[in-house]
Amino acid sequence: MNKEFTPRITSFLCKWCSYTGADLAGTSRLQYSTSIIPLQVMCSSRVDPVFLLKAYLSGSDGVLMGGCHPGDCHYETGNYHTRRRFALVKEVFDSLGLESARLKLSWISASEGPKFARVANEYTEEIRKLGENPTRKSIFL
Amino acid sequence: MSSINIEKSAEKGINDLLRHLLGNGKVDAVLAMRMVKSSGAWDLALVTDVKNLAELSPLAPVMTVNASQVLSNLSLSGKKIAAVLKPCELRGFVERVKREQGSLENLITISHTCGGVFPLDLVVEGSVDDLLHKYEKVVATGEIPSNIRDTCKACEHFIPMNADITIAAAGECKPGHGCMIYINSDKAKEALLECTGHHGNDLLDPISLEKLAAARAKEREKLFSSIEKDCSGLDGLVNIFGKCVGCHGCSRVCPICYCTLCDFESANFDYNLPYFEEHLARKGALRLPPDTMLFHMGRLTHMSFSCVGCGMCSDVCPVSIPVAAVFSRTGAKTASIFDYVPGRDVAEEIPVMIFKEEEFPELG
Repeated sequence: MNKEFTPRITSFLCKWCSYTGADLAGTSRLQYSTSIIPLQVMCSSRVDPVFLLKAYLSGSDGVLMGGCHPGDCHYETGNYHTRRRFALVKEVFDSLGLESARLKLSWISASEGPKFARVANEYTEEIRKLGENPTRKSIFL
Repeated sequence: MSSINIEKSAEKGINDLLRHLLGNGKVDAVLAMRMVKSSGAWDLALVTDVKNLAELSPLAPVMTVNASQVLSNLSLSGKKIAAVLKPCELRGFVERVKREQGSLENLITISHTCGGVFPLDLVVEGSVDDLLHKYEKVVATGEIPSNIRDTCKACEHFIPMNADITIAAAGECKPGHGCMIYINSDKAKEALLECTGHHGNDLLDPISLEKLAAARAKEREKLFSSIEKDCSGLDGLVNIFGKCVGCHGCSRVCPICYCTLCDFESANFDYNLPYFEEHLARKGALRLPPDTMLFHMGRLTHMSFSCVGCGMCSDVCPVSIPVAAVFSRTGAKTASIFDYVPGRDVAEEIPVMIFKEEEFPELG
């Protein structure tokens, strides 16, 4: 039985760019980490900081946010707001001494299938090094 | 801009000021702290009749509710109101105005250099005369009373920002100097043209408050480092917030948490059978009420950058969680990444409502 740690990475991907990028990675037959658990959102700015926290506190080993490149948002400015909120959540994590490396933001366009596969693999490796999220087992949260 | 000196104590001087404003029809109502003489209870009072002004203790070091909360609707009533606010209440109100929860248009805001307020459990029972007497003596010399709220001891914004009228009450309020009233806006200047007292052009001198500023900075450092030590990492968080009973009192008294449809009070957080089944299957046990940690961390991400450090949340916490200290500390950090100071300027937008095209290159 393989006892190697397999991370679970909750991934919020915007419909117009990153999710389509993930689709492209799939249709291009690119191998990418099975740790990625994709969730489609209409825009990365739809993701309330509480979603990231919920994923983290529920035991996700990593939380990935994927959106359109700055300036390319389908809704023009959504991802700029995402970026500010993400900086905010990271700062809250740092101030509380939590591992902010478990949160990652990445801009992946619809045509960047290979980039999606690369980000997925690299981030999985990073998380594998960090180890299991202690919230997985912690009951009293 | 200009100043008025009334040869009385600060408390009596501010009463004269309010009498002038209400008695001469400059305002329709006055909002200030009041002590109920018969019971020793405190409340925030809205007074429209001059004869009731004598009951007010506008400079009392007590905060039963952050006045910015009650001022929201009042400020939209169209009536002119003179509101005596502590600096953090004024900053809280400015934050609320930015969130379209009030207006400064019909207000004359009166604030004062603040020596801090007592925790509520200290003042709700019996006589506080002795307490107040000692407080006044300590505060007048620019020192920090030992029995005020932790966040008050650590507050560096004790000089009001953007008040129409500033009263000198802490630090530079020395016996014999009388009550110094500093006028900072045209609106206030017009209303106080005929107010009795010596009119001059003095300005509040922050240098006279340097001693207090230095003492506060030291306390701030002390409070923040003790929180950093206690509330670090998941174990630290569980230690601090593990006591939470989930009453949400901290968010109800918060001047910034104005959302009447708060997500944490919504059906999103109604827990049903599948929720319990899923959690129990994964972890084998579940803390009830669930998601208290999510609630506190969620609030930190939603409003910490606007936290004015008034300390109401710690004061109402039934299990003595140092909510205000955690929020002030994290708030100072989250505000600083956007160069933001809550309540500094009503024209300054809330950081999450705006963005720059080029920023945070390390992300993404």
